[in-house]
Amino acid sequence: MIEHLPALQTVLPLLAAPVCVLLRRAALVRVFAALVTWSCLAIAFSLLQEVLRNGAVSYELGGWAPPLGIEYRIDVLNAYVLVLVATMASVVIAFPLAGRELRIPKERFFLFYALFLLCLAGLLGITITGDLFNIFVFLEISSLSAYALIGLGRDRRALTAAFSYLAMGTVGGAFILIGIGLVYQMTGTLNIVDLGQRLPPVLGTRTVWMAFAFLVVGTSIKLAAFPLHQWLPNAYTYAPSVVSAFLSATATKVAYYVLVRLLFTVFGFAFVFERVQLTALLLPLSLIAMVVGSLAAIYQTDIKRLLAYSSIAQIGYMTLGLSLANLDGLTGGLVHLFNHGLIKGGLFLVVACALSRVESPRIESLRGMGKRMPWTMAAFVVGGLGLIGIPGTVGFVSKWYLVLGALDKGLYFVAFMILASSLLAVIYVWRVVEVMYFSDEEQAVERHDAPLSMLLPTWVLIGATIYFGFDTELTAGVAEKAAAYLLGGAS
Amino acid sequence: MNPEEAIGLSVMLPLLGALGIALVGRYPNLREAVTLVTAGAVFATVLNLVPSVMAGARPGLEVFQVLPGLTLAFEVEPLGMLYALVASGLWIPTALYSIGYCRGHDEENQTRFFACFALAIFAALGIAFARNLFTLFLFYEVLTLSTYPLVTHYGNDEARRAGRTYLGILLTTSVLFLLLAIIWTWHLTGTLEFSPGGILAGRVDGPLVAILLGLYAFGTGKAALMPFHRWLPAAMVAPTPVSALLHAVAIVKAGVFTVLKVIVYVFGIDFLSETGGSVWLMYVASFTMIAASVIALTKDNLKARLAYSTIGQLAYIVLGGALATMDGVFGSGMHIAMHAMGKITLFFCAGAIFVATHKKNVSEMDGLGRTMPFTLSAFFLGSISIIGLPPTGGAWSKWYLALGAAEGHHAFFIAVLMVSSLLSIGYLMPIVGRAFFLPSPEKEQAQPGGRAGFWAGIQEAPLLCVFPPCLTAVGCVLLFFYAPAILELLQTMSLER
Repeated sequence: MIEHLPALQTVLPLLAAPVCVLLRRAALVRVFAALVTWSCLAIAFSLLQEVLRNGAVSYELGGWAPPLGIEYRIDVLNAYVLVLVATMASVVIAFPLAGRELRIPKERFFLFYALFLLCLAGLLGITITGDLFNIFVFLEISSLSAYALIGLGRDRRALTAAFSYLAMGTVGGAFILIGIGLVYQMTGTLNIVDLGQRLPPVLGTRTVWMAFAFLVVGTSIKLAAFPLHQWLPNAYTYAPSVVSAFLSATATKVAYYVLVRLLFTVFGFAFVFERVQLTALLLPLSLIAMVVGSLAAIYQTDIKRLLAYSSIAQIGYMTLGLSLANLDGLTGGLVHLFNHGLIKGGLFLVVACALSRVESPRIESLRGMGKRMPWTMAAFVVGGLGLIGIPGTVGFVSKWYLVLGALDKGLYFVAFMILASSLLAVIYVWRVVEVMYFSDEEQAVERHDAPLSMLLPTWVLIGATIYFGFDTELTAGVAEKAAAYLLGGAS
Repeated sequence: MNPEEAIGLSVMLPLLGALGIALVGRYPNLREAVTLVTAGAVFATVLNLVPSVMAGARPGLEVFQVLPGLTLAFEVEPLGMLYALVASGLWIPTALYSIGYCRGHDEENQTRFFACFALAIFAALGIAFARNLFTLFLFYEVLTLSTYPLVTHYGNDEARRAGRTYLGILLTTSVLFLLLAIIWTWHLTGTLEFSPGGILAGRVDGPLVAILLGLYAFGTGKAALMPFHRWLPAAMVAPTPVSALLHAVAIVKAGVFTVLKVIVYVFGIDFLSETGGSVWLMYVASFTMIAASVIALTKDNLKARLAYSTIGQLAYIVLGGALATMDGVFGSGMHIAMHAMGKITLFFCAGAIFVATHKKNVSEMDGLGRTMPFTLSAFFLGSISIIGLPPTGGAWSKWYLALGAAEGHHAFFIAVLMVSSLLSIGYLMPIVGRAFFLPSPEKEQAQPGGRAGFWAGIQEAPLLCVFPPCLTAVGCVLLFFYAPAILELLQTMSLER
C-alpha cells in the first residue's frame, strides 16, 4: 500500500470523479469529494516527508521500467508543489457552494465536484509525473475541466471567458505538444531525467532550440506570464469565486512548476541561462508584469478583476525569481508560489464570503461592509497586507528572498523595483479597504456576516498567511532545498 | 520576576490588554479599567527591568527563528530601556486623559480607539526591545498599521485624506528605503543584530556609507525628516489623546529611536565619524529643525503648530545621532525623554482647551489663562521644557547636544541649536502671553451664586482632562533634577566595539 502512494495521488481523485456523478446527492457528493481531497493531502504530505527523509522517490507505473514505461518521480521540488495543490484543494472543497454564484441548480452540484476532482487529478498528475508526454495528458485533463468550471459562473460572460481561455489554453497545449514531439525526435525518450542526460549532445541543433521555444511559450501561456496573460482576467472575474480561488492558487502554480522543471531539469542551467540567455528576456518581462499588472489592478472597479490583475503582477514576481537564476532568487520564486497561493486563494474566498451577502462583486457594493461583515472584511485586510508584503506575513518572506537574489546579482534597480511595485499593491488594496471601512451612512448597521462554514475555510488560508510569515520551515525551508537541488543538479 | 519574563510580559501585556478591551467593549467602565490596569502593569514590568540594565546586564529573549539567521528576538539596552520607560510610563496619564477626553467629547467607536491604542503600545515596546533590525522593522510596521484606525477615527473625508497621507508616506518610506537598507545590510554583513560598535565597519566604504545611511534616515519616515514630514501634521485630525501619546511620543520617538539605534549599533559612531558619512545628515536635520520651527510660527491652529514643533524637535535627536559623538548620542537619548514629557503636556493642554471651549486656534485663546489657569500653567511649564530652559528637563538634553556638537568640532550646529531655541520661544510663548495678559474677547460673566475668591471664573475641562497635563508638567520639572539618573543609564551603553 505505502509504496503505491505516488499512483494513488492521481488515481484516487481521477476515479472518484465519475463516482461523484453516480452518487448525485449534493450533500453526499460534497462529503465524498472532501474525503477524497483530504486523502490526497495526506498522501502529498507523506510523500514530502518521505522525500525529505530519503531523497527522490521513483515509482514505475504498471511495473514498466523507465525510460520506456511511465515513471512517477517525486523529488523535493514537486513534493512541495503537490503539498501546495492538495492543501489549496482541501480548503476550497470545504467551502460551501453558493447557488447564487453558479449557473447550475442545486440538484446538479455533483457536476461541480466531479469537475473539481478531475481538475485536481490533472494538476496533481502534471506535478508528480516524470514523463513529458504524461505532463501533456494531465495538462489537458486539468485544462478541460478548468474551462468547464469557469463556465459554471452565473454571469453569461463566464462562457466567453471560458471560451477564450479554451482558445488560448489549446494554443498553449499545442505548443507544448509540438515541443515534446521535437524533443522526442531528437532523443527518442520522453522521460524527464533521461532527457536531461540525452539532450546535452544535441543542444546546439536548431530542432532543440525550436522545441525550447515552443515549450517555454506554451507553458508561459498556461502560466499567464506577461504578455501571454490575456485569458486570465476574464476567467477569474466571471468564474465562481471558489473556482477562482482554486485555480489562482493552483493552476498557474503548476504551470510555473512545469516551466522550472523544463528549464532546470530538461534543458539544464547551462543551456538556458548561458547559451539562450533567457534572463535577458524573462527579467524585463517580469518587471513589466509586476508594474503593469499592479497598475491595471489599481483601476479596476470589480474586486475579482482587481485580484486577477494582481495575480498577473504576482506571477511577475515568481518569474522574476526564476530569471535571477541564483539560489536566493529561485528560492524567492518558489516560496512565492506557495505564499501567493495562500494569499490569493484566501482573498478569492473572502470575495466568495462577501458575495453571500452582497449582490455584485463591484468594489462600490462593498461600501460600509466593514461594520456589517467584520470578519470577512478583516480577512481581506490581512490578505491584502500579505500582498503588500508587510513583515509578519508570507509576502514579506517572498520579497526578502527576491530582493536578496537581485542584490546578489548586483541588480540594484531590480531590487528597488520589487519594493516599488509592492507599493502599488498598497494602493489597490487600500482603495478597497477605504471603501469597506468608510461609509457616509450614519445609522448603525446590523452585523450580518457570512456563515461560519464559509468564514472558517477563509480564515484557515488567511491565518496561514500569517503563520507561514513566521514559521517558514515548510515554505522557505523546502523551497530553498528545492532551489539548491535544481541549481546543484544543473551546474 | 526574572528579566526574560519581564521582557516577554511587557511586550505581551498590551496585546492582551487590546484583546481584553475588544472583548469587554460593551461595558465602558470595565473596558476603561482594563486599559488602566494594563497600563499600570506594563509600566511596573518595564520598571522592573531598570536595575539590571543599569547594572550593565543586557537581558534578552529569543522568541522565534523566522529564516535562518533571522530571528524574532528581544534584548534590552539603555536606549531601548529609556524609550520603553517613556512610552509605557506616559501611557498611564494618557489613558486617564483619554477617558476624560472621550467621555467629555462623546466620541464614537471608543472600543476600537482604546484597543488600537493598546496595540500601538505593544508595537512601541516591541520596537524598544528589538534585538535586531528584523524585529524592529516588524513592530515598526505594526505600529504604522495599528495607528491608522486612530488617525482616521472620525471616518469623514478629512480623516480619509489624512489617512492616505499617513499611510502613504510611512509605508512608502519604510518599504522602499528602510526595507531596502535592511536587506542590503544583510547582504553585506549576513547579520541584522544590533551590536556595540556597529556591524557595517569594514563592509562598506566611500559614498556608499552616506547612501546607506540615507536609506535608513529617510526610510524611517516616523522620524519626520524633511521632505518626508507631511504625515505628522496630517495625523493631527486624530483625537487629541492620539496626537499626545502617539504623535508626540510613541510613534515619532519610535522613528528617531530607530535612527539612533541604527547609527549607534549598525554603523557605529566611530565608523561614521571616521568616514564622515553622516555629515550630510547633520545639515538635513538642521534644515528640518529651522524650517519646521519657521512653519510653526505661521500656524494658527494650535495642534498644527505643535506638530511642526515636534518635527523640529525630532530633528534635534537625529542631529545628535548624526554628530556621531558620545555626548551627542547621550543628548539625543535624553531628548527622547525630555521632549516626550514636554510635548505630551502641550498636547494634553490643547485637548483640554478644546474640550472646555471648543477652541482650536491660537488667535482665539486671548484671556484663556483666567478661565483655565491650571491648564495654561501646565502649558507654560511644558513650553519652557521644549524651549530648553531650566528648571525643566529640556535644558539638559539641549546642553548635551551642544556639547556633542562641540566634541565633534561642529560649532556651526551649536548656533543652529540656539537659533532653533529662539524660534521655539517665538512660537510657544505668544500662546502663554495671550492667555494670561490679553483680555478675553468674551465678556466675563459673574456666575450667579458662583464660587468666590480664587475659584471665581474658573471653567476648566473635566478633571480627567486637567489632571494629566498638570502631572506631566510637574514631570518636566522633576526631569530637570532626575536627568543625572537618565544620563547614568545611557552611560552604560557600550559605544565601542
